[in-house]
Amino acid sequence: MTAVDFLAFTRGPLFDVALIIFIAGLAIRFVEILVLGRRRDFSEPRRGGFGSGLRTMFSRTLPETGTMKRAPTTVVAGWVFHIGFLVTLLLFVPHIEMFQAVLGFGWPGLPTPIIDFAGILAMVAMVVVLINRLRNPVMRFLSGFGDYLPWLLTFLPLITGWLVFHRLLLPYPAMLGLHILSVELLMILFPFTKLMHTFTAFLARYYTGAAFGRKGVQS
Amino acid sequence: MQIDETTPNAARSAASGDDRTLGALLAARGVSRRAFLKYSSYLASLLALPASMAPAMAASLAKAQRQSVIWLSFQECTGCTESLTRSLSPTLDDLIFDFISLDYHHTLQAASGHAAEEARMQAMEAHKGKYIVAVDGSVPVKDGGIYSTIAGMSNLDILEETTKDAFAVVAIGSCAAFGGLPLADPNPTGAVPVTELVTDKPVINIPGCPPIPEAMAAVLAHVLTFGILPELDSLGRPKSFYGESVHDRCYRRPFYDRGEFAESFDDEGAKKGWCLYKLGCKGPATSNACATVKWNGGTSFPIEAGHPCLGCSEPGFWDMGGFYRALSVPTGDVARIAAVAAGAGVVAGAAAGALHRATKSAARGKHHTVTVEELEEK
Repeated sequence: MTAVDFLAFTRGPLFDVALIIFIAGLAIRFVEILVLGRRRDFSEPRRGGFGSGLRTMFSRTLPETGTMKRAPTTVVAGWVFHIGFLVTLLLFVPHIEMFQAVLGFGWPGLPTPIIDFAGILAMVAMVVVLINRLRNPVMRFLSGFGDYLPWLLTFLPLITGWLVFHRLLLPYPAMLGLHILSVELLMILFPFTKLMHTFTAFLARYYTGAAFGRKGVQS
Repeated sequence: MQIDETTPNAARSAASGDDRTLGALLAARGVSRRAFLKYSSYLASLLALPASMAPAMAASLAKAQRQSVIWLSFQECTGCTESLTRSLSPTLDDLIFDFISLDYHHTLQAASGHAAEEARMQAMEAHKGKYIVAVDGSVPVKDGGIYSTIAGMSNLDILEETTKDAFAVVAIGSCAAFGGLPLADPNPTGAVPVTELVTDKPVINIPGCPPIPEAMAAVLAHVLTFGILPELDSLGRPKSFYGESVHDRCYRRPFYDRGEFAESFDDEGAKKGWCLYKLGCKGPATSNACATVKWNGGTSFPIEAGHPCLGCSEPGFWDMGGFYRALSVPTGDVARIAAVAAGAGVVAGAAAGALHRATKSAARGKHHTVTVEELEEK
């Protein structure tokens, strides 16, 4: 298989398979959670839960002062990673072209030097959180395969993408093929790993916020 | 053979039994030493040789004897020959081509039929181990190679016979180098590139559809000057011409970096000359010198004319998922696949959820309170 055949395979049949598993997997897990529902609460609500739920989805994105004091590295590097990663993923024009093909609509992108910078920030932050996890005895004790696999699945697209952009290590078609392959690996395993938190975090926060709202408690 | 002004140069030289050196030939054509030195510097810089090599190159070239070249045309469209022989104006490149002894070439030779084949055999005999075989077009190997024959011989047999005593083989154009159009899916003739068949001789690939004429001239000049092949990349292409991507050398690259793209062929972006990536430009994946050497005497190149790069000097460029589809876009019908997958996922998720609910309520139904007395009985 030549590099061009490999690229054609990753852009063609393999992407279709990865997309099916990713989309169907997301839908299955999400709908399953929703259908399962929550236990009915017979107590009389003090306030409506809906507004509180919505607010909590976003308010919990900001760290509590206690958390910031206890684990500043996790908070700062976590923020830097998430912003860097999302900018790289959602605002790089070739990526937007891909989203447009799948979703049917696109949006404006950012100049490549900004994307380059954001990608580097995301990678550095990922290395920082990994070292932090390995150095902290408690965190290391609590971490298992299910924590390290998502790290690798996220890091590979970033590093291969950066190498494609800067034309390093391998000829462009081979490196682009590897980049797409790493993304497909991410897509295939996404619904079945902790990476699902990308979407379920908001659902969980809504449930918590809504329950607190009913009880008239600040969330 | 009667020689007059209308006789093609190559045929004229061959007919006259010209054994002068290139220097003598150029002097007879009225090319000054200064112009020749300038041309040598140009070729040396194209080959990425140090400037100090230019006079040495000129001296070697001036003393060079005619190089015998046998040109084999297989599954091809003659576009490569057209590109190499029909420059916009007579240039020194032409002189290089005039200077080589083109002993066999379907399009350019005067002889035909058995006489033509005889010329090939004679050249092979006379320049054994020294002649260069230039090939344009791919070689069909399916069904015994019957899909392309010349003088009753399959391309495969001619290639084998001719390259046996060759010094080197030059695969000109993407069909010879990588299979090109004939190899495109579904490849009905079983076309293969020259490199797959010639394994015991050095093969230089000069891909492109067609290749840049200067690449061919410079490679010939390199062989004439140094007697060795230029440095090649992993795909057998001279690094001096195929070492950089079209994207990295493109004058529209700043628009790519700024995020300014033409969205269609006639929008404001296209008129302003913005980047053609979204219109399917394969510049990032294509290694060639189009953006620097350009075409038609340095006039322009496809992107400058407003058309995305097709990636014609890369293997399998016909099957790269469409000329007008951006490189980062998947080639399948992804919007439909995503919609179907989402629908199926929702149904499967609902079914799984319902199953869990049923299990839960069944468990609840079976539940009954156990008293302490009942436990003690057990």
